[in-house]
Amino acid sequence: MKIRAQFAMVFNLDKCIGCHTCSVTCKNVWTNRKGMEYAWFNNVESKPGIGYPKQWEDQEKWKGGWEKINGKLELKAGGRVKKIVQIFANPNLPEIDDYYEPFSFDYARLQNAPLSEAAPTARPISQITGEKMDKVTWGPNWEDDLAGEFASRSRDANFANMQKEMYKQFENTFHMYLPRICNHCINPACVASCPSGALYKREEDGIVLSDQDRCRGWRMCISGCPYKKVFFNWESSKAEKCIGCYPRVENGLPTVCSETCVGRIRYNGIILYDADKIESAASADDTQDLYQNHLDMFVDPFDPKIIAQAKKDGITDDWILAAQKSPIYKMAVEWKIAFPLHPEYRTLPMIWYVPPLSPVQSQIDQKNLPTEADGVLPKAEAMRLPVQYLANLLTAGKEAPIVSALNRMIAMRSYQRSIHVDGKPDTRALDATGMTEDMAKEMYRYLAIANYEDRFVIPSSKEEERLDDYYGFQGQTGFTFGNASSLGMTNNALFPARRKETVESREEAPLAEPTRDASGEQY
Amino acid sequence: MSLMKFLFAVYPYICLTVFVVASWIRYDYQQYTWKTDSSMLLSKKSMVVASNLFHIGILSIFGGHFAGLVLPHGLWLGLGISDMTHQWIAIIAGIIFGVMCLIGGAMLWSRRMFNPRIRATGRKNDMFVISWLMVTLLLGLSTVPFSIGHANHNDPSVMLALADWVKSILLLNPQPELLEKVDAVFRAHIFFGMTVFLIFPFTRLVHILTAPLSYVGRAYQIVRTKRRTV
Repeated sequence: MKIRAQFAMVFNLDKCIGCHTCSVTCKNVWTNRKGMEYAWFNNVESKPGIGYPKQWEDQEKWKGGWEKINGKLELKAGGRVKKIVQIFANPNLPEIDDYYEPFSFDYARLQNAPLSEAAPTARPISQITGEKMDKVTWGPNWEDDLAGEFASRSRDANFANMQKEMYKQFENTFHMYLPRICNHCINPACVASCPSGALYKREEDGIVLSDQDRCRGWRMCISGCPYKKVFFNWESSKAEKCIGCYPRVENGLPTVCSETCVGRIRYNGIILYDADKIESAASADDTQDLYQNHLDMFVDPFDPKIIAQAKKDGITDDWILAAQKSPIYKMAVEWKIAFPLHPEYRTLPMIWYVPPLSPVQSQIDQKNLPTEADGVLPKAEAMRLPVQYLANLLTAGKEAPIVSALNRMIAMRSYQRSIHVDGKPDTRALDATGMTEDMAKEMYRYLAIANYEDRFVIPSSKEEERLDDYYGFQGQTGFTFGNASSLGMTNNALFPARRKETVESREEAPLAEPTRDASGEQY
Repeated sequence: MSLMKFLFAVYPYICLTVFVVASWIRYDYQQYTWKTDSSMLLSKKSMVVASNLFHIGILSIFGGHFAGLVLPHGLWLGLGISDMTHQWIAIIAGIIFGVMCLIGGAMLWSRRMFNPRIRATGRKNDMFVISWLMVTLLLGLSTVPFSIGHANHNDPSVMLALADWVKSILLLNPQPELLEKVDAVFRAHIFFGMTVFLIFPFTRLVHILTAPLSYVGRAYQIVRTKRRTV
């Protein structure tokens, strides 16, 4: 047994309102640079939908993640030799149009257009070529709130094994948000795909990073990641990805996307797992066993034997304490209401999701939904959001764990409702789902109240104990390379220099002309 | 000093020195700039064909030049390959891989020239290096008729003179006079070829030096630790 700590997150989809605050704050902090205009380390998709990049979940198309071939775990796009053979042109690489052509608008035109009958318009400008674009045809969030026709949306891979035509009808339409970031997988396919060895997983907290100096731009990780969360910076020709906000996390702060989430749906914490089980867990014969295998890798942070082993493996007391208080452990292991996104990719992702429930609840309130005998829990097959769809998203199609999680969430609500509305606790629903009153109360605190200190239990990295010379690392920031912190480079550098400014309209807006009113007064 | 002496006794050493020293400096001080500079994300169309043709062609040509010009003459004779067989192998392989490289390179060149995205995002340096390689390649292909002519007269002397000159450079005993007898097109090709080494460290060509062959024997997963080892 080898115990490792993993920085992990849970996103409570039940409360996600799709406001994109996470995406915008992340963008402003990490990808607001030339070459990365199209890249969103965090994005929020409307489901059903084909997502960003288009149809990323269709691994027959993109060949991301792992598969089992002849009883052995192998990259779906092919092993090491095949990767070397394909190195001159990766056939599985997405093109920028699969994401979208990044654009800005010709704002200067609004000020410097000549006098005309019609109001001037600000035409879109490609941030790649700097040329005007005829039409913006796709964007990072083109399908927001089910925009577009069903035919396009229904190419969503999660409709597998479903009679999707019935969801075309307005009465049966369903909708949910899916915020996505890098999953900081325990068995990352991007790391395995990188021929240069530039991508790596940190032993201390499991954050997966791309070494910018080591990356040569062989672009195998871009297609290797089944979640398409490694991006190719077309200006620097390097792979860049979500860094788990490690400069914040190392100091005990939540990631930017989590900190700024207005719905308080994001939980940050660590979880301890047995690193010796990685290969066997990811190698399950049946993809539907992967969720359970993944769960079985996590170890009980209260078990004295585990604690002793963790200490032996270099995990400090405050990290063990954080693992005991971890919201991730509670939701994933104790309550079993959180699930990994697409476990069938076999990467053992570490961003887990609480499935959404809200539409079901309102249907129960309106007595539109057939319920089980207790009169509280809805019949799983009657839910508006098809359980099969959620199962395809979160458990490789296995419905039972999803139904159980939804039932527990409903039971918690039913119990709380009985306290607050009827004035006396009714535990029938809890009993039916195997929950205790204490558990329901705690779930209520974590899910409904979601206090800051419950959501974020992040031990600091103890950097001060590791460094001999603090000042030697002074001035290090998230993305700095050589003299990249300054703009003071000439255009004729000996080596091809990095250009940092983004493409904007070349026309400069003129200063406003002084204007006179009817009396000739200048204002 | 005559031009011949400068070009074929001094210039080779300038090129090789710059090649080694500047590559070293760049690798040391500018790791971040050491990359393939792939533009496939911006335009994927026909890249699978173009890039494979170009790369397989140019790497094979490099390998062929190395085998024919640098490896000892005695090795080939020992393997039972006569000079005339050697020359015919070189001609045929040169045509096959040269044409592959030419087709792929022409596709890449025109993509860089006319594809709006690649043109807008590319650097002058990229255009220059692909153009230089293509000129070198065209000069190399123009030597083929001369080689066929010599081969038809059972005359391997030009090939042997070229190989001897390369060895004289590598053994630090330059003999530029060996090239006086060969056709001018060979000398032009050699000049352009040597210059590739000169410009190499300042271009994206450096990615060849870090071809990730070690990946084949590597464990899939990489875990780095910050833990102090002392």
